[in-house]
Amino acid sequence: MSSVRLLVGTKKGAFVLTSDGKRDDWKIEGPLFAGWEMYHLKGSPADPDRLYASQSTGWHGQVVQRSDDGGKTWEPVGNEFTYDGVPGTHQWYDGTQHPWEFARIWHLEPSLTDPDTVYAGVEDAALFRSTDGGMTWQELSGLRGHPTGEQWQPGAGGLCLHTILINPEDPQRMVIAISAAGTFRTDDGGETWRPINRGLRSRELPDEEREVGHCVHHIAMNPSRPDVLFMQKHWHVMRSDDGGDSWQKVSGNLPSDFGFPIEVHAHEPDTVYVVPIESDSEHVPPEGKLRVYRSRTGGNEWEALTNGLPQEHCYVNVLRDAMSVDGLDPGGVYFGTTGGQVYASPDGGDSWTAIVHDLPSVLSVEAQTLP
Amino acid sequence: MIRVVLPHHLRALAGVDGEVSLDVRERATQRTVLDALEARYPVLRGTIRDHGTAKRRDFIRFFACGTDITLDPADDPLPEAVASGTEPFRVVAAMAGG
Repeated sequence: MSSVRLLVGTKKGAFVLTSDGKRDDWKIEGPLFAGWEMYHLKGSPADPDRLYASQSTGWHGQVVQRSDDGGKTWEPVGNEFTYDGVPGTHQWYDGTQHPWEFARIWHLEPSLTDPDTVYAGVEDAALFRSTDGGMTWQELSGLRGHPTGEQWQPGAGGLCLHTILINPEDPQRMVIAISAAGTFRTDDGGETWRPINRGLRSRELPDEEREVGHCVHHIAMNPSRPDVLFMQKHWHVMRSDDGGDSWQKVSGNLPSDFGFPIEVHAHEPDTVYVVPIESDSEHVPPEGKLRVYRSRTGGNEWEALTNGLPQEHCYVNVLRDAMSVDGLDPGGVYFGTTGGQVYASPDGGDSWTAIVHDLPSVLSVEAQTLP
Repeated sequence: MIRVVLPHHLRALAGVDGEVSLDVRERATQRTVLDALEARYPVLRGTIRDHGTAKRRDFIRFFACGTDITLDPADDPLPEAVASGTEPFRVVAAMAGG
């Protein structure tokens, strides 16, 4: 019988939550790496027992951990992230130029086919790749070396590369997103990149439709339809049907189109999930009600999913990497909150249960579907 | 033999319980002790000093014989009591964060 493993990163350690295919009884293990900020953990699609984890603190910087047995044991691997060549500068908050400085890994994306190949999205924004199981890392510097690189400016959370999508039909094609530079795509395995932000409008910018400078919060796709992308931008939920070449707003009837996570159902490529947040000033759910919104039409028409979620006095947030879907049937949806709850829905969002209530603030949730 | 006391997180990372004893062949300085520490425990590279530049991380301090020697030149000799192993060289995680 299939089972599900959730890899949960928090501000004070990592947790592994497991259940059988019914997904109504969960075993909770952790904290692993207690006291460390675990920004992201993710398993290899090619070998689900190969896991990678980003571990960091302000005291000791970045560590990368690898497990070869599904999280039972872990081994620290390489943590040297050196920008290629002369790092140069990017734009700082005050508009001056600021040197590129490595701060941490926000997102780890294992290759779809090779367990030893993994990509790391880092702050200050750059993409690194390891082909030896995380022991050594090399920057794919064509991204940061894009002529617009000097214009990239950090969002409030830093200049972070937080989204990496590998096209399963053509692994040479990848889409990444940076706050607050925008979205970029490579069609040659990471050698060269171009901004794909046409159609994004950000009223915070002097030129609302400029090529870069958009605060993209997260992007998701269904692997069966990799050129259809869904984006949660700082404001606005967006959709692209051409691999990011152009974007259309699909916020529709959402109560707020500010938010962080966005995910697509594993089997229904037009079923999309977001968690609306009041505004960029408040970062809390509208009306104190924690509601996931689901569109079954690829955007524009959204329904509130509330069954099992707190509908009063709830002021938690859900961060960009803290939502995930499993591949079971019916498809499961999961998310973690800054209040330390991890919610699970084994029925595509119709009903929710808190697997755990009181973890440290949740930074990331990744669901693995195991045979 | 130089004795080194590590903060909690680095002991966990290095997989050690108590103090670390290092055989430092050269004159004992901050740099030679940390070089020997990182050679013995490569997992600590980048967690006390930055890769490449060997710049001390901002929230790390060094103490010897009850004195904060963090800002002393990295190539200054450590006190004889540390060099002889009577007193430990302490790597301290500053009281900071939440």
